[in-house]
Amino acid sequence: MTGFLDHYDYWVMLFLAMSGLFIVIARGNLIKKLVGLAILQTSVYLLYLAPGKIVGGTAPIVDAAFTVYSNPLPQVLILTAIVVGVATLALGLALVVRIREEYGTIEEDEILHLDADPADPADNASASQR
Amino acid sequence: MNVTEHLPILQVVLPLASAPLAVLLRDRLAAFVLVLAATWAAFAISVLLWLQVGESGLISYAIGSWPPPWGIEYRVDALASLVLMLVSGIAAVVLPYSRASIEREIRPDKHYLFYAMFALCLSGLLGITVTGDAFNLFVFLEISSLSSYAMIALGKDRRSLVAAYQYLIMGTIGATFIVIGVGLLYIKTGTLNLADLGVRLQAMTSHRPVLAALAFLTVGISLKLAMFPLHQWLPNAYAYAPSAVSAFLAATATKVSVYALLRFYFSVFGETAVFQRLPMEDLMLVLALAGMFVASTVAIFQDNLKRLFAYSSVAQIGYSVLGISFDSVTGLTATIVHLVNHAVTKGGLFLLLGAVIAGMGGVTLARVQGVGRVMPLTSFGIVICGLSLIGVPGTAGFVSKWYLILAALEKGQWWLVFLIVLSSLLAVAYVWRFVEVAYFHAPRADLAGAREAPLALALPAWTLVAATLWFGVDTSLTVGSASRAAGQLLGIAP
Repeated sequence: MTGFLDHYDYWVMLFLAMSGLFIVIARGNLIKKLVGLAILQTSVYLLYLAPGKIVGGTAPIVDAAFTVYSNPLPQVLILTAIVVGVATLALGLALVVRIREEYGTIEEDEILHLDADPADPADNASASQR
Repeated sequence: MNVTEHLPILQVVLPLASAPLAVLLRDRLAAFVLVLAATWAAFAISVLLWLQVGESGLISYAIGSWPPPWGIEYRVDALASLVLMLVSGIAAVVLPYSRASIEREIRPDKHYLFYAMFALCLSGLLGITVTGDAFNLFVFLEISSLSSYAMIALGKDRRSLVAAYQYLIMGTIGATFIVIGVGLLYIKTGTLNLADLGVRLQAMTSHRPVLAALAFLTVGISLKLAMFPLHQWLPNAYAYAPSAVSAFLAATATKVSVYALLRFYFSVFGETAVFQRLPMEDLMLVLALAGMFVASTVAIFQDNLKRLFAYSSVAQIGYSVLGISFDSVTGLTATIVHLVNHAVTKGGLFLLLGAVIAGMGGVTLARVQGVGRVMPLTSFGIVICGLSLIGVPGTAGFVSKWYLILAALEKGQWWLVFLIVLSSLLAVAYVWRFVEVAYFHAPRADLAGAREAPLALALPAWTLVAATLWFGVDTSLTVGSASRAAGQLLGIAP
């Protein structure tokens, strides 16, 4: 089993990503789907951050006392990714609020059921006149 | 300071800066004028860049003067300049149209927000095209995606909300896969610069993380470009979005994703890694054919014209992917030509459908009966675009199919020629659905008084219809640029 625990950060990342993806696919509640999506996005932060850290490494400030430096770039990238993730989640939740206002539910199957009626609601009024 | 040196960054920054300013102005006319100025400026810049690239072959711009690969590089080559011109050109046509169009579809106090979203989406799409940095590409992708989710949700029909939500879920999964792919490449090589990645990956193309990165990037980008069978978000998003948004996204968003796929396959991984060591050729061929046939068949049975032509978009994306799968200069030329031709055709088509919605109140087949009599010009335009989707000689669609067939013959796959023609027959079937109700039925009594669309809607739409016809006759711009771009991608200097 050499190597298995050496890479435990990747296993954690994979576990989080798969749980997130599973929630997105398996849950019908729109909020729960967004939570799954957030977990999936968060797992990626780990993929970037973990390899960026070197054990015993310091911040990259040149000094005679230090020879090992951690890479700061992944943290900067993930800061950007966090912003993107927050924006996505906010927009998703805003859409759910609007969906709840229009449909009165946030369950996917009920929404599909409500929309299963005639092809175009705008046409319903005049359909009887044909 | 010489302004022409900074054109690549201005291309993205002008629309990007106009978005928050439009929000601050809080006035729809002022916001419109501002975003229009930025969009037209972006188009002018893209034409200048295209001319520059025609002379020098490649423009590399180091942001903040940090030389690549340390700083972020903006890189414009033949393909990027063509896509830039396409995206900003379509935006320059759609934006004036949207002013008259959203009048009918969006509450007036929200208009300035629409213009801000439009500007953000445009800058995101231009950013994806111009950037030479993998992570930067992801950020621009999310800028354009988030703004397009918001714009789709502005549709009048409540189903636009669910469509936007589904697109958000699928699009975010796609984007996350792209970041995972980029992350794996970064871990392997320590660089994010696309050109630098391309050099460093050559030594490790068979390493497993690199293959995993290729898989993640392929699936992620395929979600964004709606490659069959990952197209589920597209039909509803196009069908229920406001007309101007449908036209803009149909003409640009998927095209830019195809560009991103080409960029990663040919500039980063290199065609030997993707096509000669892996069975990607066969995989893409099968998916392209499935998309062409399944989506076209589904399109025939749609009752809403916007949905019908949205499915047709999925089928047309199949043609683009088919061109990539040939992995030859002619095949890539076909793909790139088809990007332009289909963007112009579908853009024009959705703009005309918007005009029909303005006149008839909807685009279900039941409602547009007899539209050929009450709105003869608009219907005629839709038929021209339909002919281009089929690939009738004299329209842009014919040119793309011609090059696809040439590429198939080059490979000796004569049976593919047969399939390409057969799929065109399916296009005849769904275009005929429109022709039948438009010309062989009498208008409904309550809609017989509908009139032609106002000039503000008709003029932009006909600009794109005219372009459809023009690119079908004079191919020097489209095919010329495309074959040069294909040559650059495959490393064969023109």
